[in-house]
Amino acid sequence: MLEALILLPLVAGALMLAVGNAAFCRALLPLTGAGHACLSLATVAAVAQGERPSALGGLMAPDALGALFLILASLLFFAASLYAVGYLREEEAIEVRTCIHDGRPFTNSPERRFTACLCFFLAAMSLVTTTPHLGALWVGIEATTLSSAPLIYFHRHRRSLEATWKYLIICSVGIALALLGNILLSVAFYAPGSGAESPVLADDIDSLGWFVAHAPSAAPPWLKAAFIFLIVGYGTKMGLAPLHNWLPDAHSQAPSLVSALLSGALLNCALLGILRGHQILLAAGLGDFSGGLLVFFGILSLLTAAIFIVGQGHYKRLLAYSSVEHMGILSLGIGLGGIAVEGALLHSVCHSLTKCLLFLLSGNILARYHTYSSYDVRGLRWTMPATGALWTAGFLAVAGSPPFGIFVSELLILKGMLADGAWLVAAIYLAALAVIFVGMSVAVLRMVLGARPHDMSARPRSRREPLWSVVPPLALAVAVLGLGLWVPDWLWRFLEMGGRLIGGQ
Amino acid sequence: MISLSSLFSTILFLLLLNNLLLLGAPGLRALIRLTAFQGVLLGLLLFGMEHALLACAVLGIKGLLLPGLLERTRRRLGAADEPRPRMHLGVCVVTGILGLVFSLWLETRLPILPDLFPPLLLPTALTTLFCGFILVVGRATAISQVIGYLVAENGIFLLGMPLMAAGAIWFELALLLDIFVAVFVMGNAIGHIGETFDSLDTGRFRSLRD
Repeated sequence: MLEALILLPLVAGALMLAVGNAAFCRALLPLTGAGHACLSLATVAAVAQGERPSALGGLMAPDALGALFLILASLLFFAASLYAVGYLREEEAIEVRTCIHDGRPFTNSPERRFTACLCFFLAAMSLVTTTPHLGALWVGIEATTLSSAPLIYFHRHRRSLEATWKYLIICSVGIALALLGNILLSVAFYAPGSGAESPVLADDIDSLGWFVAHAPSAAPPWLKAAFIFLIVGYGTKMGLAPLHNWLPDAHSQAPSLVSALLSGALLNCALLGILRGHQILLAAGLGDFSGGLLVFFGILSLLTAAIFIVGQGHYKRLLAYSSVEHMGILSLGIGLGGIAVEGALLHSVCHSLTKCLLFLLSGNILARYHTYSSYDVRGLRWTMPATGALWTAGFLAVAGSPPFGIFVSELLILKGMLADGAWLVAAIYLAALAVIFVGMSVAVLRMVLGARPHDMSARPRSRREPLWSVVPPLALAVAVLGLGLWVPDWLWRFLEMGGRLIGGQ
Repeated sequence: MISLSSLFSTILFLLLLNNLLLLGAPGLRALIRLTAFQGVLLGLLLFGMEHALLACAVLGIKGLLLPGLLERTRRRLGAADEPRPRMHLGVCVVTGILGLVFSLWLETRLPILPDLFPPLLLPTALTTLFCGFILVVGRATAISQVIGYLVAENGIFLLGMPLMAAGAIWFELALLLDIFVAVFVMGNAIGHIGETFDSLDTGRFRSLRD
């Protein structure tokens, strides 16, 4: 059954390329999403009950941490696939497409390539989240880059091409550094004198379990060097500052449903690569070193995001910088250890749901207003009542206001800081969050409130919003609100299971 | 045995030389040929280490397929030379030599495991990695950036060679497949860049910034 997590989207993608009919692709996409979500739920349920399902000779054997990111990727994909059906139908109906910035005409990539790449992207993320093998994890993360690059270039204009190129080159070079980290990790475990009989060479499958079990005997300097390359390499893909340059460009130029997946699902996958390294260093007794680096990059990302969010006029870039912020918070929470780790895992759940919600809504706004500028979008509550209301709720959620889930997770991380006696970190954390709250609220409130633009008709008909554009974001908003009011026991136990792997309580 | 080890050292020396030539090569054709030669050298090294299957795959993919793909893209777009490298070629070569000196120094400083890394392998691998990065940063055209990525990846591949196990060959093959797809996707993107911007100069990418 576990193999189907990869095979289902792969086969669906291949079928889409082979058949090519738009109606077929649009029907198969949500079906694939629904099927994958069911499989992921079954996997998570098995892992939560303490089982360790395994497939492909141990190449797939998800633990609680991987299963958590798997279900997030799967649910977000399902929401995005429902949105995609309506989105692609509307895209097809447009006769002349012109670039919002320079007015040049452009075309879209073939639809079947777009939907197939979405499926391949899901397959790659499934491999990343289910494999305990660090080499396969690397291959999977590189595969996510390659399958998502054509998605960013769906609208074939200069800006999206520029963003795609930056994404491809920066992430590929970054991930190459993570491969160097993997090699250094193997060197750290190499037992001198044993030659080819070294267990690292003989027992390559299930390396993570092997690495963790043998970590105390590894050479610390090589382990530290390996973690530095892993955090720099996967951190590039995760969008940790100062390695985040590609992120605002790619997330702002991609179609909104792709941005939602990049931000909500893919960044978690890259984080998982770093967490695997952290797991090994914790087992080797070097948790302070890896935790310290995570805290350092976390603070740097928070501060960078705070600087760029204030005065940001491009609302999709605003959301992208918000992702840099939240990746910083995740990294910070995990680096601190203790209760902050569970807080960080809850944060990853809430952030993924919220960011997917906001990016999907940004697509609705872009389609109606034809501008990326938050200065030119006014009166959302008049022109798009449902989107406007959800946009406000999403902003409150992502900025960490009660009663949404991110408030709870950020509070838990703060509690972890105070319990750790990290007063300076807590002060920087709170100050950055406050600045970001103000910076985001200025832009969002300007968009929602304000007078309706003159050229937009006041007739009720123009206020109507199609269901496909509102229902997936609404479901996500309800989930984030629910997590703020009540974290179910089973979820909390599952987060604790994942947290224990990376230094949680 | 002695001849094998001297052959090994000769190939590593040729790799080092190849790296410096790459940094100084002004035209894209020369760059692509040197990359192909690097792929062949890596394949020969693997033959020497008795990884015959992997050696064939490396020869085929890094020595033939990827350079062929890049050459085809280059011909289709009619690009011959670097328009204006961001770093002067002389500066690139000098930086490469500095990288080599640094790598040699690092080998003497690191608690290196002698039975794992044969002599000269670590400095060659690191220099190749540095040269790849210099190409990515120092050159302006999209094709030379992809070549830089390939060269950097070759350096990492070289570093991982002593750790390759006969039983785990699937990982190296998956890695090669990944690199192949990466260059394929990048080649595709380069085609679009050439058509959209009428140039492969990535220095023209200035529209996305805060």
